[in-house]
Amino acid sequence: MALSAQQISRWLNSSKLSSFMTALQLRRRFQRPGTTLSCGVFAQPHVSSEGCFLQWGFRTYRTSSLWNSSKSADLSRQEINCAQSTLLPSVNEPSQRTPKIPSLDSELSLEGLDDVPPLSPLQPISDNEAVQIIAGPPLPPSSVTLRDYVDHSETLRKLVLLGVDLSKIEKHPDAANLLLRLDFERDIKQMLLFLKDLGIEDTQLGPLLTKNYAIFSEDLENLKTRVAYLQSKNFSKVDIAQMVRNAPFLLSFSVERLDNRLGFFQKELELSVKKTRDLVIRLPRLLTGSLEPVKENMKVFRLELGFQQNEIQHMITKIPKMLTANKRKLTETFDYVHNVMCVPHRVVVRSPQVFNTRLFKVKERHLFLAYLGRAQYDPTKPNYISLDKLVSVPDGIFCEAMAKASVRDFEKFLKTL
Amino acid sequence: MAAPIGSTIFGGGTIQHFRPSSAVQRTEAARASGMGSAGLARLQGLFAVYKPPGLKWKHLRDTVELQLLKGLNAGKPPAPQQRVRFLLGPVEGSEEKELTLTATRVPSLIDHPLVRGLAFTSLKVGVGHRLDSQASGVLVLGVGHGRGLLTDMYNAHLTKNYTVRGVLGKATDDFCEDGRLVEKTTYGFLTSPGKLLQPPGLDQVYCQRSHQLTIDHVTREKLNRILAVIQGSHQKALVTYSNLDLQTQEAYEMAVSGVIRPMNKSPMLITGIRCLQFAPPEFLLEVQCMHETQKQLRRLVHEIGLELKSTAVCTQVRRTRDGFFTLDDALLRTQWDLPSIQDAIQAAAPRVAAELKKSLRPWLGTQEPPGPGQPWDSERPRSALGPESHVGH
Repeated sequence: MALSAQQISRWLNSSKLSSFMTALQLRRRFQRPGTTLSCGVFAQPHVSSEGCFLQWGFRTYRTSSLWNSSKSADLSRQEINCAQSTLLPSVNEPSQRTPKIPSLDSELSLEGLDDVPPLSPLQPISDNEAVQIIAGPPLPPSSVTLRDYVDHSETLRKLVLLGVDLSKIEKHPDAANLLLRLDFERDIKQMLLFLKDLGIEDTQLGPLLTKNYAIFSEDLENLKTRVAYLQSKNFSKVDIAQMVRNAPFLLSFSVERLDNRLGFFQKELELSVKKTRDLVIRLPRLLTGSLEPVKENMKVFRLELGFQQNEIQHMITKIPKMLTANKRKLTETFDYVHNVMCVPHRVVVRSPQVFNTRLFKVKERHLFLAYLGRAQYDPTKPNYISLDKLVSVPDGIFCEAMAKASVRDFEKFLKTL
Repeated sequence: MAAPIGSTIFGGGTIQHFRPSSAVQRTEAARASGMGSAGLARLQGLFAVYKPPGLKWKHLRDTVELQLLKGLNAGKPPAPQQRVRFLLGPVEGSEEKELTLTATRVPSLIDHPLVRGLAFTSLKVGVGHRLDSQASGVLVLGVGHGRGLLTDMYNAHLTKNYTVRGVLGKATDDFCEDGRLVEKTTYGFLTSPGKLLQPPGLDQVYCQRSHQLTIDHVTREKLNRILAVIQGSHQKALVTYSNLDLQTQEAYEMAVSGVIRPMNKSPMLITGIRCLQFAPPEFLLEVQCMHETQKQLRRLVHEIGLELKSTAVCTQVRRTRDGFFTLDDALLRTQWDLPSIQDAIQAAAPRVAAELKKSLRPWLGTQEPPGPGQPWDSERPRSALGPESHVGH
């Protein structure tokens, strides 16, 4: 990969024009597109600690991201295009030459280029200059994974340290390209500070950004407006933070959309304002998901399962997930509970947790209790088994408290089904 | 993390591979469940699960695969990888401000779990003899090298045990209880010989005369008689499909002792059938068979109903043994996780190896070549006869 100092010096020893061994020569040799080395953002290397090594390395890379904005054309769908690939080796050129460069640059003009004969690579240069050439392997111009760029991009590195899952983001090429081109200090930092102000913990930022990577392309003002809107609807700061955490896309919805959704839930469920608010805080993905399944589920409850509106309201406030549950599973569960277990509506309303458990669990436990003769779900009669507890307790407690049998017996019974 | 390697070292800086490569690490970690490659090493072989009724075998296989992947990915993340970069800087301790290249280990994020993603994204799990969605019972699965053993198990043509529950009185189109009703019959004559006359109607009525003394004796004996006839006819079929020339002494002896079974494709063959319980309208049969499908077993119940001059549907088909995997080896749903499956594979491994070796090696007695007129299966150069029946009567 890297040449030894002796090799480089031997290679370049015979050059009389060693002073012309500038970026120009290297530029020509490696055929990079026009680079502007005079951006003047080079920093002095600090050798004292290894942490500073990284800073030096990455600080210079930051400049390359500025150049990439001009290369935003022809992004392929499948590939993450890192147009800074060919530029980085040039960026690697050490900043020790900064003092030299301005003077040389002033000398170099287009006419000057034509006069100077091109130097061959076999011309020797001084040891100092040789040591300052760092030719690492070039970055791939396009790739399907962000792994190739993570070591060379400060933005990506900081995101990883925050906890953002790049392996998930790289599946969306647009998002990955966006992240490569963003600058941490300028763009991302503002967003992170805003989210922190909202009340989101450091540890929760990572998962949130993994899900909603598009938040970086949102306007900060819009986000602030939306938060202000939610606060005007009497959502407290803590509530808003919780909602954003549980539904990462919440702040990407415009104010009108949020308003429509809140209004929809209030009208459809005929709940009071406070209850709607509590419902939405508990399950904020109601605001970000589609409304069609909710409408269908309401019809299922009313028409197919035969619940009254107040019963539906009661169940929904206890288990908001029922609104977005699978229609078929709801009907299958209710069919089993009502027709096979012979549990009337009023008892089901009091324990809506049955709709939140897998059907096989309900079946297995009911069949075991029926086998033992303990399947009694009527609260008015003795030895009543609460439907809620039946489905929510773990196996050990179920066997001990309700079935009055051992877990081994339960397992033996399961193997006879 | 990274420490300067001292003065100039060029070329061939040691790049550490992050895989827990040291043997010490692996043995310590091997005990822990998961742990990536160590966990995968213990996940090669056959194991049995108990398939509950109502679950498709494919969904079961996918669930098991997901659980295994969860367990494998839960291992400790690898040590952070470092890469070597040659960085400029003044050499420490030298007087002049000379710049030299120093090889330094710099932490790299290339193999950070958040950059690389999950270590295991898919796992191939094979299924042995399948069970359809309404049937339940022992289902053999194979992971890794065990998938090859599944083929061996298939080629061993071992028998399977089922318990089959039937209900008298109706017939449906798919022989199950919830199918479309085709016919309803009485079965009272099977319980009480006194009630011979039934009002004729749309039902088919058969008057039976019985000469026996007790009810159960009559009814159960009828059933036993039918089952004996079935077993007999299938016994004959066993010999036919095994392509044996019964003229040889060894073949005759084996047929007499009942160890013959076909080692190539054949229709469903019942090697044993008996009635465990008979309480009309329900009855429980135990069937030992090979090359069956569960639908054929349900059809069997239907035919038994017809033989009894009534009708029957099948309410439960449950496999209690598949080759050498019994109900005790089968893992319940709560045990479908990495450590239990690894333990099950380890526990079953010696038995699997022994049984497969026994069933696939040629019969020691008959070394003579097959006779002229025998249609030996050309795919099986070895003798088609297993040494003895390890079917587990």
